[in-house]
This record gives sequence, C-alpha cells and structure tokens, in this order.
Amino acid sequence: MNAIGTEPYIILSMVLFLMGALGVLIRRNAILLFMSVELMLNSANLALVAFAREWGQVDGHVFVFFVMTVAAAEVAIGLALIVNIFRERQSINIDDLQQMRG
Amino acid sequence: MFESPTIAEFVTQSNLASTLPGTLLVAWTLLLVLVDLFAGDEREHWTPLMACLGLGVSFVANLFVYASAAGQQTALYGMFIADAFTGFLNIVILVATLLAVLMSRDYLKRAGIHRGEYYILTLLSSAGAMFMVAANDLIVVFVALELLSIPLYILAAFRSIKNDGSELALKSEESGMKYFILGAFSSAFLVFGAALVYGATGTTNIPQILEIAPAVVDAASSATFYLVVGAALLIVGLGFKVAVVPFHMWTPDVYEGAPTPVTALMSVTAKIGGFAALLRILVTALSVLVLVDGGAAAWQTTISIIAALTLVLGNFVAISQRNLKRMLAYSSIAHAGYIMVALAAAGTAGTADSATQGALVYILAYMFTNLGAFAVVMTIERVDGGGGNIDDITGLARSRPLLAMAMTIFMLSLTGIPLTAGFVGKFMVFAAAVQAGLVGLAVIGVLTSVVSAFYYMRVVVNMYLRESSGELVPALETIYVRWAINIALAGTLIFGIFYPLASNLVSMVSIT
Repeated sequence: MNAIGTEPYIILSMVLFLMGALGVLIRRNAILLFMSVELMLNSANLALVAFAREWGQVDGHVFVFFVMTVAAAEVAIGLALIVNIFRERQSINIDDLQQMRG
Repeated sequence: MFESPTIAEFVTQSNLASTLPGTLLVAWTLLLVLVDLFAGDEREHWTPLMACLGLGVSFVANLFVYASAAGQQTALYGMFIADAFTGFLNIVILVATLLAVLMSRDYLKRAGIHRGEYYILTLLSSAGAMFMVAANDLIVVFVALELLSIPLYILAAFRSIKNDGSELALKSEESGMKYFILGAFSSAFLVFGAALVYGATGTTNIPQILEIAPAVVDAASSATFYLVVGAALLIVGLGFKVAVVPFHMWTPDVYEGAPTPVTALMSVTAKIGGFAALLRILVTALSVLVLVDGGAAAWQTTISIIAALTLVLGNFVAISQRNLKRMLAYSSIAHAGYIMVALAAAGTAGTADSATQGALVYILAYMFTNLGAFAVVMTIERVDGGGGNIDDITGLARSRPLLAMAMTIFMLSLTGIPLTAGFVGKFMVFAAAVQAGLVGLAVIGVLTSVVSAFYYMRVVVNMYLRESSGELVPALETIYVRWAINIALAGTLIFGIFYPLASNLVSMVSIT
C-alpha cells in the first residue's frame, strides 16, 4: 500500500521549511514574510501527516488540525496589524519599521 | 480498534477538576466580555475589577486542586499534568497578571485608550501561560503557547488603537508587528520540531517520549536523526519565546514599544511559559539523550553555551542603554540567561530536581522584582512617551522619596544583593550549577552579576546623588499602581529576608 515511504515526504517538508525560513530572513514585504511563515507551518503539517501515515495513528492528523486553526488565528491578527501599519505609513516594508534604535 | 469509553472511564480519564485553575480563568474571561458589553460608561471601573476577581477565583481553584492533589495527577487523557510544578507556577502567573492589571488601569486611563478588550486579552494570555505550565503533550505545548502569544501580539500594539500618529502609537504598532513576525517564526520552529519528535517516537505525549526515546537512540536509524533535529528545533522555537541569545534580537524593540504594563506582563508570563515547556521537554522527555551512561544529558552543552552567551551579551549591552525600558529589556535577557543556567544544571542526572527548584525560585523573585521595576518606570513616564530615560530620573529621591526607595530595592534585587529575593534566586541557581559540575558556568554567572551592578546602580546614583538638571518629573501615582508597587516590594523583601520560605515552597517540586 505504501508505495512511497515516509522519507521522501520528510525531505520535501524539510526543503519547504528551509524555503520558508529563508523567505522570512530575505523578504522585506510584510505580506510575503507572512506567507513564508505559513509555508513553514504547512511544511510541518506535511511532515505530521506523513508520520501519522507511517505510524498508522490519528495523533498526527489531530495535530495538523490544531496547527491549521492556530495559523488561521495568526493570519487574522497579522493582517489586522499590517492594515494598521499601512494606514499609518503607506508602506508595509519591514525595513521602514525603525522607530526604535540602539 | 477504538472503543467508546464508558462515562465513568471518561470522568476519571478526563479529570476535568484538576484543569480548573486554567479553565475557570477562560470561562471568567468570556463572562468578562459580557460584563464589558453591559457596563457601558462604568466599564472603566467594572472590567478591571472583574478581571481581578477572576484571577482570585482561579487562585482559589489552584489552591484547592494542589492541596488535594496527592503528588501528581494527569488530566484530559494524559495531556495535562497537575503537579507541584504547575501549581507553583500558576500562582506566580496569577500574581504577575494581578500586578499587570493594577498597572494597566492607570496606564490606559492616562493614555486615553481605556477599552475592556485589554483586560480580556490579558486574562486569556495568562490562561495560555497556565495551560503551558500544565502541558504534558507537545500538542498542548503548541496550542497553549499560541493562546499565550496571540493576545500579547495585540496587546503590544494596543497603544496604536488611538491612531493619532504620535510617537507612542507608531512605536507600539512597530512593537506589535515585530513581536508577531518573530513569534510566528518561532512557532513554526516549534511545530516542525514537535513533528520530527513525533515522527521519531510515534507519540506527542511527554512521558511516553521518555519511554520510547532510549530505543530510538539505540537504533541509530533515521528516527534518531529526527529526534535530535526535532529536539534542536524545539530549543530554537522556545528559545525565541524566552529571549535567549542568539534568539533575542526582537526583545529590545518589542519591550520598548509596547505599553509599559504589557511589557511587564510579557517579560514574565511569556518567559514562564517558555521555560516551563523547556524544562518539561528537556528534563522529562529528552533526559534520555545521554552521551555516556549515567552522565549528563546531551543537550546540556548546548544549553550551557546559550546560557553563557545570554549572560554576557544581555549584561554588557544593557550598560550602554539610555532608555529605561530598553535597559530593562536587556536585563530581562540577562535574567533569562540565569534561568538557562538552572536549566543546564538540570541536565545532570541527580541534580534535576534541585536545579528545577532553583529555576522556580528565580522565576518567583524575577516576577516580583521586574514587575515592580516596570511599575516604577510606568509611574515616571509622561503621557507623550517622554520621561523614560535614565537622565529623567535624576533627583527622584527628592521629589518622590518613597518611589525612589522602592526603585532602589528593585534594582538591588535585580543585581542579587542579599536580603532581597533576587539574591535567594541567584544563590539557588548557582548552587545547583555547582552541584551539577558546571562550575565555569556558575563563575560566569557571578561575574556577569557584578557587571550588572554597574547599570542597576547607575539608576540608584541618578536618583540619589545627582541634582536634577531640569524640572522634576511629575510622577503619576494613583492608588492602583501604588498597590502594584507595594505588592511587588513586599514580595521582593519577604522572600529575600525570610529566605527559607521560597525554597520550602518549592521543596515538593519534581518533574523527573
């Protein structure tokens, strides 16, 4: 039944996770930063589902549902903050946020 | 393969009574939404009062649960654990939240941003912290961490709801955004780490990981790789939350920009949650990752290096800070370093319990002292955001002698001078480190404490020995913030002077 083992999925999820992490570090647009974080969370979801299949359990799937719910809550807060910042500064470039230094 | 449980089985397995401290607080928060809705113009008085009552209810429930709990009990099918560790930290979280609510009442009024949501979010965040110290499963660690963090993202940006383009609003907005991005980034590390640990062991339950992990380590297969990488990612994710070097970059900006009561709250509850999860995961679940039989856990070296870096960087960079909140932010990084020393000491088999107890006493002392220091800073800040610099407190001893005395005691306690709570915490942590054979780390801790005296004492010198250059700061002091300072002062002194008190309180704690 398991024509493909677990390992390829995990390698893929690690690649996605690294892409997301690099995106957060390199991108300067708040929305793109945000999408990179989502990519990291979803790569973890892929790993969880792959492991849940390997173990033949539902624990991993349950975890994925929690991650998705929390990610949705985070999106709501994040977008509200971004809208707030755009209204004030007409820019969502992270590098413009430098009121504080030192 | 899955049989539906009988009702009796469900009642014993879910054991809802032992989750009451946290769940009652959440229920009360929902009640608070209604109170705030119907209180109308009176909400300025009713919502904070009801919030304090809710903390009291949770406190009483906590006392009942832990007075009746013989040893430890699990709840919700092993996902929650109610032991002395949880009970003690619950009390610390509740007292910290009470002090923050008392501070907030005055701050919000002065800044003209009095909204009921503020208290609702504060209580929710504290409930998240309480669930996190009770977490016995990686899923609960994650969900509780988010319940703790998401309200804090909003609270950090709370000053910007009055969109007047002022410097304070811009800073608060920036603080919320930075906290949010770094918080979400670190959560992703935590989830991925949890996923890999799950993949290696087939369970997310922390005690079960302890049972399965030795076989995984011995197998030396890809599962071993997943377990080690997973553990490292968990340390990174939680390291961001507790702000240890090299994951501390966000802390100064977030702490400076957020409204002062929020800074005070997040510098305590977020760290408690993070350290509780680190202790549970590393000491309970991953203590089996040993290099040689009977030796120290494999993560001890990593944690020791992080602790040393945190101590050195936090204390040295704090010296050059002019803004008081920024200085306290670096000082809070340094204090996370001291708690990390205790965590490293918990890696040696045999000293895990005394190191955990040291960490708890340190957290207790840090909670009282840090909240008190932030309350004093809040008192001397001006509405326009000025007045928070180290030069602004010159001559405070003349204009506000009692306030200056309180600040002096907080500064002495942060330095770790005897007869203050800070000394008891540091003493227990360093004693545990020496006992665990980490003498070098203890020496670094003592030396950096000496360095920290330099910037803490500069505050005292400015208050007492220097003449004020300009006008004296018109200190805001109303009954609420004065109570917050009094309670913090009482805690700092009582636990400092009657020093066996704190260690007696934690003597029951064991998480191995």
